[in-house]
Amino acid sequence: MSKPATPVAPPLKDELDIVIPTIRNLDFLEMWRPFFQPYHLIIVQDGDPTKTINVPEGFDYELYNRNDINRILGPKASCISFKDSACRCFGFLVSKKKYIFTIDDDCFLESEFGLGSVICMSVNCRDEFSLFAGRGGAGVSFGDLGVNGPREYAKKKFFVYVAKDPSGKEINALAQHIQNLLTPSTPFFFNTLYDPYRDGADFVRGYPFSMREGAPTAVSHGLWLNIPDYDAPTQLVKPLERNTRYVDAVLTIPKGTLFPMCGMNLAFDRELIGPAMYFGLMGDGQPIGRYDDMWAGWCTKVITDHLGLGVKTGLPYIWHSKASNPFVNLKKEYKGIYWQEDIIPFFQSVTLPKESTTVQKCYIELSKMVKEKLGPIDPYFTKLADAMVTWIDAWEEINSPAQSAPAADAKKDGPSSKKK
Amino acid sequence: MRNPPTLLSLTIDSALINFSTISDLSFVPEHILLELFVRTLKAGKLNEKILKLFVATGKEEILSVIESLNIQHILVPVLPTRKLFHDEVDIVIGALQPDLTSFMEQWRPFFSRFHLIIVQDPDLKGELKIPEGFNLNLYTKSDIDKVVGSSSNAISFSGYSCRYFGYLMSRNKYIISIDDDCIPAKNSNGEPIDAISQHIINLTTPATPFFFNTLYDPFCEGADFVRGYPFSLRSGVECGLSCGLWLNLADYDAPTQSLKPDLKNSRYVDAVLTVPARTMLPVSGINISFNNELVGPALLPAFRLAKEGKVRWETVEDIWTGMCVKVVCDHLRLGVKSGLPYVWRQERGNAVESLKKEWEGVKLMEDVVPFFQSVRLSESAVTAEDCVVEIASSVKEHLGPLNPTFAHAAETMVEWIKLWKRLRAN
Repeated sequence: MSKPATPVAPPLKDELDIVIPTIRNLDFLEMWRPFFQPYHLIIVQDGDPTKTINVPEGFDYELYNRNDINRILGPKASCISFKDSACRCFGFLVSKKKYIFTIDDDCFLESEFGLGSVICMSVNCRDEFSLFAGRGGAGVSFGDLGVNGPREYAKKKFFVYVAKDPSGKEINALAQHIQNLLTPSTPFFFNTLYDPYRDGADFVRGYPFSMREGAPTAVSHGLWLNIPDYDAPTQLVKPLERNTRYVDAVLTIPKGTLFPMCGMNLAFDRELIGPAMYFGLMGDGQPIGRYDDMWAGWCTKVITDHLGLGVKTGLPYIWHSKASNPFVNLKKEYKGIYWQEDIIPFFQSVTLPKESTTVQKCYIELSKMVKEKLGPIDPYFTKLADAMVTWIDAWEEINSPAQSAPAADAKKDGPSSKKK
Repeated sequence: MRNPPTLLSLTIDSALINFSTISDLSFVPEHILLELFVRTLKAGKLNEKILKLFVATGKEEILSVIESLNIQHILVPVLPTRKLFHDEVDIVIGALQPDLTSFMEQWRPFFSRFHLIIVQDPDLKGELKIPEGFNLNLYTKSDIDKVVGSSSNAISFSGYSCRYFGYLMSRNKYIISIDDDCIPAKNSNGEPIDAISQHIINLTTPATPFFFNTLYDPFCEGADFVRGYPFSLRSGVECGLSCGLWLNLADYDAPTQSLKPDLKNSRYVDAVLTVPARTMLPVSGINISFNNELVGPALLPAFRLAKEGKVRWETVEDIWTGMCVKVVCDHLRLGVKSGLPYVWRQERGNAVESLKKEWEGVKLMEDVVPFFQSVRLSESAVTAEDCVVEIASSVKEHLGPLNPTFAHAAETMVEWIKLWKRLRAN
């Protein structure tokens, strides 16, 4: 793998963990290598714990499988989903860092550095695959296409996936998330020129000066090019629709407004909002799937609104390569589609008491309201409310001051495999 | 005795009458073709289709005659296949500068299909220079005085507020308004962007104020509602107001632009989004459009600063009005969109000079914004007029005591609604 021309100084290297849930192998990490290698990875292996997940050489990671989760949490492990990417929140639980970036294993970045990422981006187009692999297809060379290589070809073909800053430099998704988190949000009044803290923008006329300090940013919600995050019914109706629109904006979702949070390309300040990032009970043995991130998002937004924190959405984009099976998705989402008609009004009307001054307190209050208001809809919500409490208990246990002491039982609480 | 008509001339007469059945002229000998052409011209029957028939023969003489007469194809603009709306739209321009030639010529390709209402700033002396070829009504100070009369001495239409007189005069459903120092922006291919069409699209497609869609406008090509968006909210609501943006000189206030004189907006954000319900925003009057039937009365001239000037840096009247409209839309369950289209705003004025003259507006915003964020209207307010009257009363009560500008705004709003109703009743 070629080296970057100018060294990319990794921001927040020692303050950020990258959490990836996986049930397959981790080959996709090769594509991320230039960006991820400086960071610590927490890999949560879902599914069969006896299967060995192969992690490419040279990464600094901890890997947790189901056995580890059971061992570390004991009976509290019941709150962590099985056979669903919701299990990723276990990674949030055990992280010791301030910031988390989480991504799915079928999402890619534009890499400056090589053919690998270009192959991944073209995986949908079989006829182009051989071109990219350098075999030139039917004897066609890149020169014949008027480009000087596969990367330029991909750029011309998939013309809108590169994240660039105003000076034209490509910036990577991780750096953009970090910038989003390190600059304030503006949840109290909408700025028509979007994020005023970005280069080349500012607050517009009429924006009160007293509001220009903004609020601390708790969440940075990125978007996706190529396969958009549609629900099953939309996927069935529009199987060929691809998101090709690169919207060069970051904006704060206003206070009092809910949104559908997607966990595919997400970063957050664990210290500010961590305990709210519980991805619920999904997957095996549960009546619902593909609502894990939605649930976490609604809880998180209600709490950030209450605590005066901000949530940003927009850049960075990642390239989402794999479309999941819409029929499988429909089965998973089915109940959710009906339930969300009640869940949304519930969250829209939630008011948290003034005394709830920490995320944990807010979350416990929320769990009580879930049990009371949503419990009648289906027993699942009562179970979920209990799991929410268990989650907070687990959070407190793992993250209490006693745990950070190095003399703690490393064997008991450690991962099954680690690499440096 | 007159000569009887020749067989040739009879043939040509017949051909002229039956041109619609002729699809090919290439077999006709050139000299006859020429006669036919001349006779077609004389009869005034040369149209696009017939011209094409002649040109298709490829005969040199015909082609050189066409060239020497300088006959040209008329380029018919490609019209959108959706409903045209051109008889439901008024483009209202407030003229604060005397020569609108350059402005109108630059917008001509996009304005020409529509009816324009041009209102001359009553403080601007002399006659406006407006190029020919537009379907427009022009209103000047004398018209304003005649219509508004003495019953509304509280309402001033001076400066940027002159456009509100245009709104008053409009009987169309959609109104689009652009400042006279803006020209069409260009896209990445260097082609001018049709801001008018985009505003019409924004106003005629639903808005989604009750839940945020992370892929922005779900009704535009290539986008949709994302996973997790409640299905019951996917039909959206009608759009009341569409706020466009500006490239080059963005709508910053004087302090910001003074501090960063080189800050120009070069970022083209390819999105339209609905500003969520109960979220307030600063609406810039530079590039807006609205549904006159739904929210017309709320677009009002009320918030006049003591030292209001003739550059946007020296005003906040549109910010006030915009917040009134947002409150009305939130209450009536209508949507407000922001984003595309962009216009290119030309350099005008000096931010530092404006700052020296006018900073009151910046100070007053500190009270204005919290007020609008908290104002709530009663169930009985079911029209925009009702809403405005309630807002005015609330302004009088809560803001009036803080500054005479507010008290005056409240009075003006009430007068405006009276005027609006009076004119609509006729």
